[in-house]
Parts: sequence; C-alpha cells; structure tokens
Amino acid sequence: MQKDVKRLSLILLFTPFALWILLLIIIPHMGMVVLSLREKVAPRVYEYGLGNYIDFINEPIYWNTLLRTGSMSLLVTVLALLIGFPIAYYIAKIAGNRTRGALFLLCLVPLWVSDLIRAFGWILLLRETGVISSVLQWSGLVHEPIEFLYNDVTVIIGLVYTVILFMIVPLVSTLDGMDNAMIEAGYNLGGSGPTVLRRIIIPYAMPGIVSGCIVVFMLTAGSYLTPILLGGKNSSWFTEQIYDQFITRFNWESGAAFGFLLLVFTSFVVWLGLKITGQTLANTVARS
Amino acid sequence: MRLKATLATLLAATILSTASMAQAETLRLLTWGSYAPDELVKKFEAENPDIKVEVTFSNNEEMIAKLRATGGAGFDLAQPSHDRIYAAQLEYDIYKALDLSKINTDAMEKSLLDGVKANTTIDGDVYAVPHQWGTSGLMADKSKAPDLKSWSDLCDPKYKGKTSMRLKRTILLGTAFAMGHDPFAAYSDLDKYQSILDEVVDKLIVCKDNIKAYWKGGDDLSAMMLSGEIVGSETWDSTAYKLYAENPNIVFVPPSTGALAWIDTFAIPRKGKADDAAYKWINFVLQPENVTIMSGSTGAIAAVKGGLDLLPADKKAAVNASFTPADIDNLKFFANIPPGVEDMEGKALEKIKASTGG
Repeated sequence: MQKDVKRLSLILLFTPFALWILLLIIIPHMGMVVLSLREKVAPRVYEYGLGNYIDFINEPIYWNTLLRTGSMSLLVTVLALLIGFPIAYYIAKIAGNRTRGALFLLCLVPLWVSDLIRAFGWILLLRETGVISSVLQWSGLVHEPIEFLYNDVTVIIGLVYTVILFMIVPLVSTLDGMDNAMIEAGYNLGGSGPTVLRRIIIPYAMPGIVSGCIVVFMLTAGSYLTPILLGGKNSSWFTEQIYDQFITRFNWESGAAFGFLLLVFTSFVVWLGLKITGQTLANTVARS
Repeated sequence: MRLKATLATLLAATILSTASMAQAETLRLLTWGSYAPDELVKKFEAENPDIKVEVTFSNNEEMIAKLRATGGAGFDLAQPSHDRIYAAQLEYDIYKALDLSKINTDAMEKSLLDGVKANTTIDGDVYAVPHQWGTSGLMADKSKAPDLKSWSDLCDPKYKGKTSMRLKRTILLGTAFAMGHDPFAAYSDLDKYQSILDEVVDKLIVCKDNIKAYWKGGDDLSAMMLSGEIVGSETWDSTAYKLYAENPNIVFVPPSTGALAWIDTFAIPRKGKADDAAYKWINFVLQPENVTIMSGSTGAIAAVKGGLDLLPADKKAAVNASFTPADIDNLKFFANIPPGVEDMEGKALEKIKASTGG
C-alpha cells in the first residue's frame, strides 16, 4: 500500500516534466529530423535521402556561417565570463546584505525589456547620427560623424549585453554557497590574491561557470534578433540562414536539416569544451 | 508549472471566446501591415453586424509559410502578391478557386484584372484578383543626389557609403535590368537565368563596398534616409511617399529601366471557413469611398478604375512628383516565379551576403 502511494506520487510529479520533454522537445525534433531527410524531386513529390545534408557540406557558405556563428558565440561566452565573474563575485562576496538584493535586481532589470527594444536601444546609441557619435562631435573629439553600427564588434557587444545575466545568476548562486572562511584560510596559509583565485575560488565556482557558459553559448548560437539588427553587410548568422530556408525560400527540408545541424554542432562544442577543461556534467552542473 | 497554468488559462479563454462568438461569423484576414486600417474594419463591422474581422499582419513569404503549415487553414482571406500565387498553389495546394461571380470585377481596372487572372489561372480556375498595386524602385534625396536614376547608380562610387538596398530578390531583378538583361523573359530558360544571376551577383559583390547597410524593413530605411545617413536607396514606393510628406526633397525615382510593379491580390485559403464574409470584404474595399481610406493607409494605388484619382491628395502629389506617364508605360510587372527560381535567387543572395567584398 505504502509503496503504491509512493509510486503514484512519483508518477504524478514526474508526468508534467515528461510530457514537457516529450511533447515540446522530443517529438518536434523527431519531426525535424524526418523533415530534414526529405528531398523535393518535383512539386508535391518527395523522396527520402541525405540530400539536404550533402548540400550543406558541399556549400562552403553554409558551413562557414556555422563556424563563424560558433566561434563568435564562443567569444561572447568568454567575454561574458570575464565580465560577469567579477560582478558575480562582488554581489555574492563583497556587497553587504542590503545592497546585494538591489544589485541583483539591477542585473535583472534589463531582462524586463524585450530583446527587440534592447537592440533598438543600441541602434539609437551607436548609429551615425546617434547619441555617442553626436556627443563625440559636440565635444570636439571628432569632426566627422562616426558609424559604430553594422559590424561584428557591435554584434558581440549586443550579444554580451543580452546574455550576461545568464552568466551572472548561476555564478552568484554558486559563489554565495562558498564559505568565506575558505578564502581566509587561503590567505592565512600565505596564498597571494591570484593563487587564492586560481586554487580556491575558481575550482569552487566551477559548477556555476560551466552551467553559465553552456547556457550563454547555447543562447548566443541560437539568437536571431541581435545579430540581424546590429549586424552589418557581411555578418551572417546561422539562425538567419535557417529562417531564410524556411521562410523566404520555402525550403523547409533544408531548413530542418540546418536546424538539426545547429543543435548537433552546439552540443558537440559543449561536449568538446567539457572534455578539454576536464569537467563532466555530473560533477559540475548537477552540483550547482 | 507557472507556464502550464498560464497555458491552461489561455486555452480556457480561447475556448470561451470561440464559444461566445459562435453566433457571429469571423473573417480572419491575413494581410500586409496597413492593409486593414481600423477605420475600415469598424465601418465593415457596422455594415455587417454578424461578421467580426480579425486581422493578422504579415508579408508574402510568411503568408505562404503560415498557410503551408496548415494546408490552407486558419485564415479566410489572404493577400499575397500576384507572383506568389501560381507556384505556391502548384507546390502546396493552399488556395481555393475564386467564384468570380461573387466579386464586383466590373469595378476593377481591366488591365490589372486580366494581368492577375493570366498569372493565377490553373486548370481554368482563377485563384486571385487584384487589390492594390505599387512599385519598387529607387528613392533619392534630390538635394544631395539629383542624378540618381538607375539601379546601378546605387553602386556609383560618387555615393560611397551613402546608399542602401534590401538584400532580397527585387535588387537582383533591378540590377539585371540595369545590366541590359530581361530576367523575366529568362524565367523560361533557367540556365540562362542562372548566367544572368551570376553576373548580377558579381556586380553586387563589388557594389557591397558602396552600400552603407542593407535595410530590413521600412522603419530602418526611413530612419537612415531622414537622418541623411544615406542619400539614395532601393525602396518600395509607399515608403518613399511617406518620407516625401516629411521632407519634400526625398522622392521616389522610377529607375530608367522601369520601376518593378507588384500587385497585391485577394486569395481565399483552401480551408477558409468564411468565404461569404471574404467576398463581402473584397467588394466592400472596392467601393470608391473605401478605396480612398485604404490607399491613405497603404500608400499604394487601388486596382480599381480611376484608382489614381481616388488617392488621398497628399499621396497623389507624391505620385505626381515621381511618375511621368512615360514611367507608367515603362512599368515592369513581376512575372510569376516558376518553381526552382526561389532557390536560385536564394543562393545568389546568400553568396552576396557571405562575401567579404565590402
């Protein structure tokens, strides 16, 4: 009897999660895989085959864009970590109890505004007739209007700004759980600042770093609005290719193949990152 | 869990609202932004109290994608451009044949009606009738770029960093015309069309250096033009007309090889559920007093007899400032897109976007 109740409650608790995964993640992705294996031979006639994937391999534009998206996403991840870590450390360890809440809230505020509005905010600041260019001219530092928009640097700035919160939150929560005595002990034993950081703080924060990096990398590689709006003439982003395949070229089959390739590629990068840094999901993310 | 609760509430709300509207018929309109001004929707609902109008704004590609996803369900009336009917119907079977006897075709401009019919007839069935037409061409600030007349002038080093275009098929076609080709004629011979496209791609890659940025929608184009960051661009005429109202130096320039003309149509999705309401809406917006309201909102010219005269005064002034009768005669109507061309053009655009020529 007791056992049955236990089992029932387990099933009841587990069902929403299982349904979520099954209905919203697994089934759509299976649909995508099936769709990606179809090739159009004539109007309304389809055959199964690997043609869409072969097209991808044969066309350098596609895999170049994918590699570009991947490397820029990695850069964004590293930048977000470098900028986010000191902020998280300050919030978790240095700020007083009262300011901590306020600071955390300040980090959250930008998230209340939609991606689109935030991208437009950057556009207003950076465009040739925008705020920064006008201020520079007014102050006499430059004499010609400067265009900051429409290049890769802007895309990186915009993306770091959009995703940095997802780096800060897991870092704060891991660092928060760290006993200050550990840091003190490090100093007492004669460790210098960098040594304490390298030998004590970073290893302790590793679960937060890994999960933050994974989330940020995935979000960046899959982002659409920011690279489109801030990007320039040459900056194609892989999600844009997927959109084009689906919407402007009516080629759902190759769009699905691209979508699936993006998933495989980003998963591979995450796996590689874990391998290289000698981390596993089990002892990092699962612990955070 | 929160999300699930929200979903459940939404679902319940949807069921409730559908149930309460079961009496009234709903006309679900899938159209372009500004093609269903509030004023007209209210007027239509007042004249037909049993019909409620729901509007979804979209564009050509998304309209077809939406209808394709459902096999033509979810909407009762769609308004894609005339070149987007034939191939889409052949490939995806998303439209329903029109019953022309229910449409007041006498009110329509005959040449446009015949043109659309010729483009959208499959096995003797007509799938679309014209609604509004307009052109794609160039826009220039007369005070800064008085000589901008041809598609290729956008690539003139004189305007380096001061021009823009949208990286879509219009600029491919325009550039092909400017290079002395007739891309529409080449649609029947895809090998020839490919060779034209290759030339166009080379030209536009070289041209990249000259372009400030590719615009993506009417808003960013307007901002660049009004702020003076660019002096000329490829554009929709309606965008240029709107800017003309704010700065009379900014005019629409029909390219010397002819502006490219599109006609937005009425087409009924295959699984539409309110055909009668759809026909009522079509006939409603054909009435002269409604045409003026519609054109005021869209900035395009209605495909009715005397459509030009029914434009609101400010739009009429903008059109007259741009077009001479010779320009009108020189219009190049977008030809039906045969299957396969979308892919070729898509690849061409990707090549341009990915190249680092600029």
